[in-house]
Amino acid sequence: MSPVPVASRTPLTDYAAVIGEGEIEELRTLAKPLAGRTFEMVNSTAVGGGVAEMLNRLVPLAEELGLNIRWEVMTGGEDFFEVTKAFHNALHGEPYHPDPKHFEVYRAYTEQNLKRIPLDAEFIEIHDPQPAGMINSRRAGKGHWIWRCHIDLSHPNRVVWDFLEPYVARYNGALFSSPEFARQLPIPQYLVYPSIDPLAEKNKDLDPAFIADVLARYQIDPLRPILTQISRFDRLKDPVGVIRAYRIVRRYFDCQLVLAGGSASDDPEGAVVLREVKAAADNDPDIKVLELPAWAPLEVNALQRASTIVIQKSLREGFGLTVSEALWKKKPVVASAVGGIPTQVIHKHTGLLAHSVEGTAYQIRFLLSHPEIAARLGEQGHQHVKENFLITQNLKNYLTLFLMLSQRAAD
Amino acid sequence: MQVAEKPFEFSTVANLTRIGNFSAGTLADLLNGLEHCSDASIFHHTFQTLGSHHFLTEGFSNDFAQWVLVDANRDALAEQLAALDIRDYTSIAALRDDLCRVVRDYIAQHPEFAQQETLERFYFCESLQVTLPFGVQARTLDEFHDGVGRLSHAAFHFHFIASRLRLQLRTNDFSHWLANSLGLKVLADYINRIDIYTNTLDSARDKVLRLIEREKRKHEPGASS
Repeated sequence: MSPVPVASRTPLTDYAAVIGEGEIEELRTLAKPLAGRTFEMVNSTAVGGGVAEMLNRLVPLAEELGLNIRWEVMTGGEDFFEVTKAFHNALHGEPYHPDPKHFEVYRAYTEQNLKRIPLDAEFIEIHDPQPAGMINSRRAGKGHWIWRCHIDLSHPNRVVWDFLEPYVARYNGALFSSPEFARQLPIPQYLVYPSIDPLAEKNKDLDPAFIADVLARYQIDPLRPILTQISRFDRLKDPVGVIRAYRIVRRYFDCQLVLAGGSASDDPEGAVVLREVKAAADNDPDIKVLELPAWAPLEVNALQRASTIVIQKSLREGFGLTVSEALWKKKPVVASAVGGIPTQVIHKHTGLLAHSVEGTAYQIRFLLSHPEIAARLGEQGHQHVKENFLITQNLKNYLTLFLMLSQRAAD
Repeated sequence: MQVAEKPFEFSTVANLTRIGNFSAGTLADLLNGLEHCSDASIFHHTFQTLGSHHFLTEGFSNDFAQWVLVDANRDALAEQLAALDIRDYTSIAALRDDLCRVVRDYIAQHPEFAQQETLERFYFCESLQVTLPFGVQARTLDEFHDGVGRLSHAAFHFHFIASRLRLQLRTNDFSHWLANSLGLKVLADYINRIDIYTNTLDSARDKVLRLIEREKRKHEPGASS
């Protein structure tokens, strides 16, 4: 078995232009005591999804800093991923009908993967619930094991959490994206925010001609205000609520609305929501409902950069990194105060929060009336992301955690 | 140019946030949390947050004040909490006492708000810190200038803001060394007066560097003292 080859490598020095030489020097200093030591990341997919995207960027940077790091992906049949999808939804608080077979399937695939993946590194990080059971291979006193949970555990289904908790409780620590997601556990719990890569296609600077091209392709008028929400067509993202807010704003401003998300062709629920959204749009030529290809980072980047205001009117949210993406582009953001969003949108400092359709509309109107305030929020939002939500900060968090674990073991 | 006997040792600093055991959904909960949370938690929500939000130079002081303003919607209390200046404190115990006093007094005056539920809960967290030698030291003003210019935000915050808790003095590492090792008391005082609430870490650092440059010019041959 061989570790996952990473898709792209951006040298650490390229980030100096973004965060400054001092921060890069600090990363090198922190990594020095960890050089040559072994690290292992385990998750359940090599492509698609935020975790794979993050590891693709993080692993080569850690390698460049001298860490002996390996990334492994657990495998499973359709039955395993059906079970873990059900677990995932249940942990997000959705209804779950307990089935003893589910737990058997989970245990069987865990054992199968344990035979296949060597878990012998000094520091092992297991991502999300799918591979959480791999802690079974831990020998007493060997290695530092960390569980990183990327999902919202604030209202988990009791049955599923009761099944997973005994595994999680055996780790040396758990990482969560928000304090709200932490559980009562006998192990230390740490806060590590998800991050964006400023040099990735989704976030890098773009040629204005390319942005103009994208607007022309989707028949969006660059001369009138553009309100945008980027998210998959999911009721929890409340795209119909965004349309209602837009209609209120339209009474005062001649603006356009862009709702852009991944294609709903392989997601039956997404297709239903997309139909609801199109019905709510009611053929309004100023509402653009865009089904982007599964992976269209440059188009998303261009739409965010062309926007006057970016909206994230989610009803529930894990962290909502699209908010950080917009803030990075210095866009004023109006978003719901749910999940990890208030961490990114500090009300009246890095954006505006709202709690309803009417509130969302009001905040949008306020920003359209006060472009100088919108610009200040966008600028401060950019600084907030630079300080707290970039991949280099994520890397620094990992180095700090590993140094702490290693110092604690030495004491 | 004077050479210090004891060099200034620059550090590298990294913080990790540990999620604490307390959370607050009312002002009464906040007071209970303030009374019982760890010192590392008080540090995190005051000293540390000023570093991670240094780019906000208007109306942001600490996490407690921000939460009281936005989620508890109690402007007057938020204002009082925001007015606590961390430069006045050389110990977490004293800062905790004042935070508790402000909230306790407010609740005593407005008991009707004590149990009112807030929009979002406040989660007490702690800052855990790892410090390592940066491998850079300074014995002269030139070397000191270069070292300050190379620091990360976290390291600058460590030396310039959090240092008063370590020194237990109303000063910072930079001023302390400049005054005691190079005898530059006036420069030390100017640096210590830089307002960390109305400056970003970058602009504060720029001011430190400019003050050092001005001091260096004073010592150039032919300069009038």
